[in-house]
Amino acid sequence: MGVEGIGASVVRKEDKRFITGKGRYVDDIKLTGMTYAHFIRSPHAHAKVKGIDSSAALKMPGVVAVLTGKQIVDDKVGNLICGWAITSKDGSPMKMGAWPAMAPETVRFVGQAVAVVIAESKNLARDAAEAVVVDYEELPAVADVTAAIKAGAPQLHPEAPGNQVYDWVIGDEGAVDAAFAKAANVVKLDLANNRLAPNAMEPRAAIADYDAAEEHFTLYTTSQNPHVARLVLSAFYNIAPEHKLRVIAPDVGGGFGSKIFIYPEEMVALWASKKVGRPVKWTGDRTEAFLTDAHGRDHVTHAEMAFDTNNKITGLKVKTYANFGAYMSLFSSSVPTYLYATLLSGQYNIPAIHAEVIGVYTNTTPVDAYRGAGRPEASYLIERMMETAARQLKVDPAALRRTNFITQFPHQTPVIMAYDTGDFNASLDAAMKAIDYAGFPARKAKAKADGKLRGIGVSCYIEACGIAPSKAVGSLGAGVGLWESAEVRVNPVGTIEILTGSHSHGQGHETTFCQLVADRLGVPISQVSIVHGDTDKVQFGMGTYGSRSAAVGLTAILKAMEKVESKAKKIAAHALEASEADIVIENGEFKVTGTDKAIAFPMVALAAYTAHNLPDGMEPGLKETAFYDPTNFTFPAGAYICELEVDAGTGKTSFVNFVAADDFGRLINPMIVEGQVHGGLAQGIGQALLEHAIYDANGQPVTASFMDYTMPRADDLPSFKLSHTTTLCPGNPLGIKGCGEAGAIGASAAVINAITDAIGKNNLEMPATPDRVWRTIHAA
Amino acid sequence: MSTVKLTVNGKAVAVDVEDRTLLVHLLRDHLNLTGTHVGCDTSQCGACVVHIDGRAVKSCTMLAGQADGADVTTIEGIAKGDELHPMQAAFRDNHGLQCGYCTPGMIMSAIDIVHRYGGQLDEATVRHELEGNICRCTGYHNIVKAVLDAAGRMKVAQAAE
Repeated sequence: MGVEGIGASVVRKEDKRFITGKGRYVDDIKLTGMTYAHFIRSPHAHAKVKGIDSSAALKMPGVVAVLTGKQIVDDKVGNLICGWAITSKDGSPMKMGAWPAMAPETVRFVGQAVAVVIAESKNLARDAAEAVVVDYEELPAVADVTAAIKAGAPQLHPEAPGNQVYDWVIGDEGAVDAAFAKAANVVKLDLANNRLAPNAMEPRAAIADYDAAEEHFTLYTTSQNPHVARLVLSAFYNIAPEHKLRVIAPDVGGGFGSKIFIYPEEMVALWASKKVGRPVKWTGDRTEAFLTDAHGRDHVTHAEMAFDTNNKITGLKVKTYANFGAYMSLFSSSVPTYLYATLLSGQYNIPAIHAEVIGVYTNTTPVDAYRGAGRPEASYLIERMMETAARQLKVDPAALRRTNFITQFPHQTPVIMAYDTGDFNASLDAAMKAIDYAGFPARKAKAKADGKLRGIGVSCYIEACGIAPSKAVGSLGAGVGLWESAEVRVNPVGTIEILTGSHSHGQGHETTFCQLVADRLGVPISQVSIVHGDTDKVQFGMGTYGSRSAAVGLTAILKAMEKVESKAKKIAAHALEASEADIVIENGEFKVTGTDKAIAFPMVALAAYTAHNLPDGMEPGLKETAFYDPTNFTFPAGAYICELEVDAGTGKTSFVNFVAADDFGRLINPMIVEGQVHGGLAQGIGQALLEHAIYDANGQPVTASFMDYTMPRADDLPSFKLSHTTTLCPGNPLGIKGCGEAGAIGASAAVINAITDAIGKNNLEMPATPDRVWRTIHAA
Repeated sequence: MSTVKLTVNGKAVAVDVEDRTLLVHLLRDHLNLTGTHVGCDTSQCGACVVHIDGRAVKSCTMLAGQADGADVTTIEGIAKGDELHPMQAAFRDNHGLQCGYCTPGMIMSAIDIVHRYGGQLDEATVRHELEGNICRCTGYHNIVKAVLDAAGRMKVAQAAE
């Protein structure tokens, strides 16, 4: 692998700027003549906007403009779109209400913007916003799905009667009914998957700069996918044609899905910049993040699993209500359908599955993809179900899983996915060994003697990543293709620039992507730079989400590298008067195999650009582009086991041990991969123990700051013991599966399974706060 | 408006600011020291931690005027030229950062922790002491490792001085 090649834990190239305070995030950027935006947001969950009086505000110092929802609609800025069309079981398209960037008539969640103040400073904009008088007529509101679907519930959108967006099904209901009719045992489970706020540490921000002479916009924004942002802003929101709109996502302080979407604030900043003729900057504060960043999860589910007399699963039926909030966010429709129900087979042979998903509007912040996006919900359901079944059937939970593991690949599940490879026994073996599963009963007994309730919980997850084969997702309703692009530019002196459509916001692409180049050419990574996040520099690309950057993005780079190498070999062969077939690349040199004849890579690059002695007919230069469309999803999988103690007197949970055995296929940089797992585990554990975005019955958010919403702190978490088992992904040449979301997908079930094991009661909702655990222990 | 006179990273500065200006905004907006970040507005996340007269302080919690006469050190001021502070080096070597947004505050808090404990740190203490710094990327695993590693490095560096 070499010290910097594939498989080496190289320290990150990008770190120096971050550890010295030289990162460049959107809010760090200042433009000449810049103005500042402050949004006026609804304090009501549901209300008519009867009027906006900005006369007093306009007289205040430093105020440049007050712009309203009516004006943005009059200027024909498009409504926000949802980019994945889902069809209900009756054949009807999903039912969507209109979502203008600022509400002209009706607000449907607390925090929805109705107007914006543009002023000379952030403080002056904030001051003036206080003086804008909005006349609201409050309407009845509804915040949770079960209330929203009841007859007589407040209605959000005339387009969606009963607040229902869609009623979607997957699988063979007849086959499932037949399996349940013959079942030896049926296990039933009701559960909720708690709503989460993503909370990337950098709040969202945008700077829009309109150049009237060129009729050209530049947008600096906190985006995971700047090209997708430009496409949507151009094609759907009528901001500007794509060649007149440059989108730059510089250093971005975490995303976790929440920065995939194009939000009203970016649209308003662009529109306002043209209106006021000056750059407009908006930087969200944390409460705005809670109110307006797309939330995650929020499912209510009933599921039943059928078993035969040998404890083999024969069928699974699932009914889920998914809370979409007040509007359909960009990819929201796909999350509880194709990213959730298609993973309901878990790691198990389940011959028949049927799932029904009902998408529901409520007067809450829109819900969309958050780390894992649908797959944590599926994994939590299946792994809680397996644990519940083991308890009901009185078998060891690990043994019940083994009885039902898929062991032959490829494996076609009844819910679309074709698993390409995996070894679920191997990862479970590794995790059980790491935690000394066999020794647990003795440890539990000892803890009991010390007055503690000790529990152990297993979670065997599988996810679908490498999102995604364009043709496949297109047939399922996606509005975009999900390939990735790359350009490899070799400079005349032999340094290399990789232009990628992926975007790094913590994942370390500036290091791992260089490692591929170092591996293939034998050049040091210091000679390679990664260019991303600027639509003027980089060819169209799809961005980073769904653990796709290595499996799809890096493969695109590999494809471009292969083209560069092929041309470079021809140049080297010509220079060395050898056959192209005899040229091998070793340690930065192109060698004639079996001889001492060689030419260094920089000399090949120089030859390509001087063009003094190229093979006949060859174009000068050394630069290639590739677009790579994956052939299948990838299927990372693994086993997590959590051991913990519960204090029966306080309900407080303390970790004893948390082990993870993941199969991500080939690892480019194990240090970075482990970092991704740590972070994912923290988010999964956060969901299980601490985090919950709560609304009261009237749609008022109760958790809109870090004072109220419990973010995992260092002393809430254990140190993790990680290991890897490997089956290479056959779907891409590097054998990569992806690692960005696994921790968040697998962890929460392990924690809840462990707590319920410790307390001896199976029904416990997330987050398992001490209060909730104590009440569960002491409930009759 | 008031004039605030203070020393920032060893340099004396005088800045005219609105009285309501927070120290973090003086640093970011007036001195262009954008390494100090704002992550929460409620003094929870610690992305804004700087050193004031040698002690870690959340600069979003303090009016600029309160720092009049103080000696302020930010993330930009802890390396000696090209030589990283041992805490910075330990964060890099232990992969103690991902997106980098919480990192300056983490490093500034962590230096203070090591100073206060004289290098006598264990994992539980580090985790407890980091209560005022939130990271969403790393799960803290490698941050804790980095702080313990740096505690050793700082002890060695101190002994050498």
